[in-house]
Amino acid sequence: MGLELRDIHKHFGPVRANDGITLTVETGTLHGLLGENGAGKSTLMKVLSGFHSADSGEIVLDGRSIKLASPDDAIAAGIGMLHQDPLVFLPFTVIDNFVLGSPGDGRLDRGRAVAELQGLSERYGFNLDPGAPVRTLTVGERQQLEIVRLLWLGARVLILDEPTTGISADQRAKLFETLRALAEEGMSVIFVSHKLEEVGDLCQRVTVMRQGKVIGEAELPVPAERLVQMMFGQSVVAQDRTEVQFGEPRLALEGVRTATGLLSEEPLSVDAMAGEVVGLAGMEGSGQDTFLRICAGMRAPREGKVRIAGEDVTGRHYRGFLTAGVKYLPAGRLEEGLIEGLTITEHFILAGEGRQFFINWDSARQRADEQIEHFTIKGTQSSPAESLSGGNQQRLLLAMLPPELEVLLMEHPTRGLDIESADWVWEQLLTRRKQGTAIIFASADLDELLRYSDKILVFFAGRVIGVLDAATTNGDEIGGLIGGRRTGAAAGGTGS
Amino acid sequence: MSLSRLRNAAIPVGVVLVSTVGLLILAGTNPWDPLRLIVEGSVGWPPFEDGTANKVGDTFMVWVPIVLASAGLIVTFSAGMWNIGIEGQIIMGAIAASFVAREVSASRPVLVLLTILAGAVGGLLWGLLVGVLRTAGGVNEIFGGLGLDFVAVSLTTYLIIDPWRRSGVASTSGTDPFPTDALLPTLGATSRLSPLMIVIALLAVVGVWLLFRGTLYGLRLKAVGRNRTSSFLMGIPTNRYLLGSFMICGALAGIAGTSQATGFHFRLIPAISGNYGFLAILVVLLARSRAFWIVPISFFFAMIAVGSSQLDLRLDLSSTLGGVLQGVLVLSAMFGLGWGAYRARARAVASMSEDGG
Repeated sequence: MGLELRDIHKHFGPVRANDGITLTVETGTLHGLLGENGAGKSTLMKVLSGFHSADSGEIVLDGRSIKLASPDDAIAAGIGMLHQDPLVFLPFTVIDNFVLGSPGDGRLDRGRAVAELQGLSERYGFNLDPGAPVRTLTVGERQQLEIVRLLWLGARVLILDEPTTGISADQRAKLFETLRALAEEGMSVIFVSHKLEEVGDLCQRVTVMRQGKVIGEAELPVPAERLVQMMFGQSVVAQDRTEVQFGEPRLALEGVRTATGLLSEEPLSVDAMAGEVVGLAGMEGSGQDTFLRICAGMRAPREGKVRIAGEDVTGRHYRGFLTAGVKYLPAGRLEEGLIEGLTITEHFILAGEGRQFFINWDSARQRADEQIEHFTIKGTQSSPAESLSGGNQQRLLLAMLPPELEVLLMEHPTRGLDIESADWVWEQLLTRRKQGTAIIFASADLDELLRYSDKILVFFAGRVIGVLDAATTNGDEIGGLIGGRRTGAAAGGTGS
Repeated sequence: MSLSRLRNAAIPVGVVLVSTVGLLILAGTNPWDPLRLIVEGSVGWPPFEDGTANKVGDTFMVWVPIVLASAGLIVTFSAGMWNIGIEGQIIMGAIAASFVAREVSASRPVLVLLTILAGAVGGLLWGLLVGVLRTAGGVNEIFGGLGLDFVAVSLTTYLIIDPWRRSGVASTSGTDPFPTDALLPTLGATSRLSPLMIVIALLAVVGVWLLFRGTLYGLRLKAVGRNRTSSFLMGIPTNRYLLGSFMICGALAGIAGTSQATGFHFRLIPAISGNYGFLAILVVLLARSRAFWIVPISFFFAMIAVGSSQLDLRLDLSSTLGGVLQGVLVLSAMFGLGWGAYRARARAVASMSEDGG
């Protein structure tokens, strides 16, 4: 008995967010769901809690196939979702929030509800005052309120989506204690996270997702390295790196530190030479984006200098960096790169050097056709950007780059791409590198990091905790560092 | 393709017909008489017959500010901005034109040109203010614009009751009429019809069409409106383009203000904008930002505005029914358009998942 997901598919246009997910959560277990951002965890949980309906597949709860068309259906079936930001109504009191989602015709026995809220709170050792405005509650207390509310509504499966973001260590300990107690009472708990150590601390079983698929399952404890390898992929290729002669530094950070003290305990100094490829490794949100934004001039460091091709550009704005020869391609291709509703031709016009007031459409279309052919984009001059697949969006973005660049910054250059497109992307990047561009990229793919980087910076908890020579390091060492293990040599369980 | 397009167009038209006819039946009349009276009161019956020149002139001079404001709003809409402040921009244009009309003496062609220029500058600056509040102060353009609308209205009232009050009489109805030399030249002595303003309005429409059809500036504006982050990362100075859109829109709205002051009322009155700025928002929504569609849609609204004054005289219906009619029309058209688009999207998704497999 328990919860079973059978071959769940959920596509958004060309994106296969869930590509045949099969997963079983036994009654009374704490089940971890690990994966990087974009791995498909959230989509799967939204399918399970009725926010999205799956394109195909089956959800079976205690041996009975259930259909979930809305969150109402899910909670009626006994599946309760605790969101990252508890969905509470701030101006209301605790008891009002408690009864808001209750089913029925609107008649409300407040006295009984108060009694039940207090009963449940007492049972799990919460201290919730029914009359207190929710505004005055901490995030942790709001979670407690949500938990008792979902229990009151009859939840037998509890989904928690990154629940430890924004709560204190004490509250986290309290939350974990509650979840263990609930599991003992027969509740199935799905704990969604990208934090290895928490899953290791709490859960009995873990499923790892990557690129919309289940990569593996394991009984805990398991060594952190193994989980990291599941999340980031196994490094299987022997590296046949071609030796490239590096040139002068194209990008140099000198003693950089951010206002929050993140990035590094010591001020960070790091170079990227002409022709060098620097990989940024780490769990999502471990500081890579801060690093990239400093390099792109979108965020000024509090201390230290940024040089592009030897020139001090500290304090300049993004457009100053752009003219100095830095280009930044963030992960959101359609959100932060291309413009929905505009055609391929229009994108090339926007990216072009042309400064004349009137657009020469004939020559623009001709140029677009040439570029489409040269960069093998599957689309026509009049295809809107959003009609392109991820791979073709990436091709378009690379085709729009100026011909000469000092530094190219990329987030997840091949995320979500098929192998052919991914190889093509790297072909383009390596050509750039030969022309003397320094390439800095963040990736959640160990194989990609090891195969293409010359140097790898490993980020953990907002800081650079290792600068590795890609020729001498290996997947285990990087995996260890990504998991927060400084030496990278220690083995063993993640605790519990 | 064309069949489904036809179907998408049929939905809004059908919804509009059903709801307006339903409204008129509710108001206690047969649907035909009021519609005929509105046509008769605005362009004559049968339309454009002899002896209705003045009515046609009035209708065109209501059409002019709606078209100008709509053309301007296409620019701000394309940049992703809800320029609710357009009312204030019309009013400030009218105030600036009134100032020139009252205080400057010159030959008629020069003076007329100056009033138009003053209107454009007045509206432009008021629009720029909304833009600066938005880009530098982080004030949402809807709230900033609405606030500045109130300021402009209050300024008009103040000017009318104090510095520019009518000589001799205490009146809040408006200033003294402007000297003849400051008025827009008209076609015929009794008509308001100003060919100059009609030409300017049409030029504005063509200009806006051209801006988005064929210029880099227009394309960048559109890019900024659709995705500010991507545009910024491409190196487009997004704030400068936002300000530019407010300046263009403000200038066109300001000229609409000139037309109202020196071409329709011949003086500054408290309700100088005629609410045509708000009406223009509806026009642009209905036209879905396509420049040439604002020409007929604005004319239709101008007909209702001018023609509905006949309703109470002839049918014993309140003339405010015209306003209600406009509202119902726009709401039902928006609903119909939205519904049509929703259906089209649903079909597109259905066909995509069939292709996708």
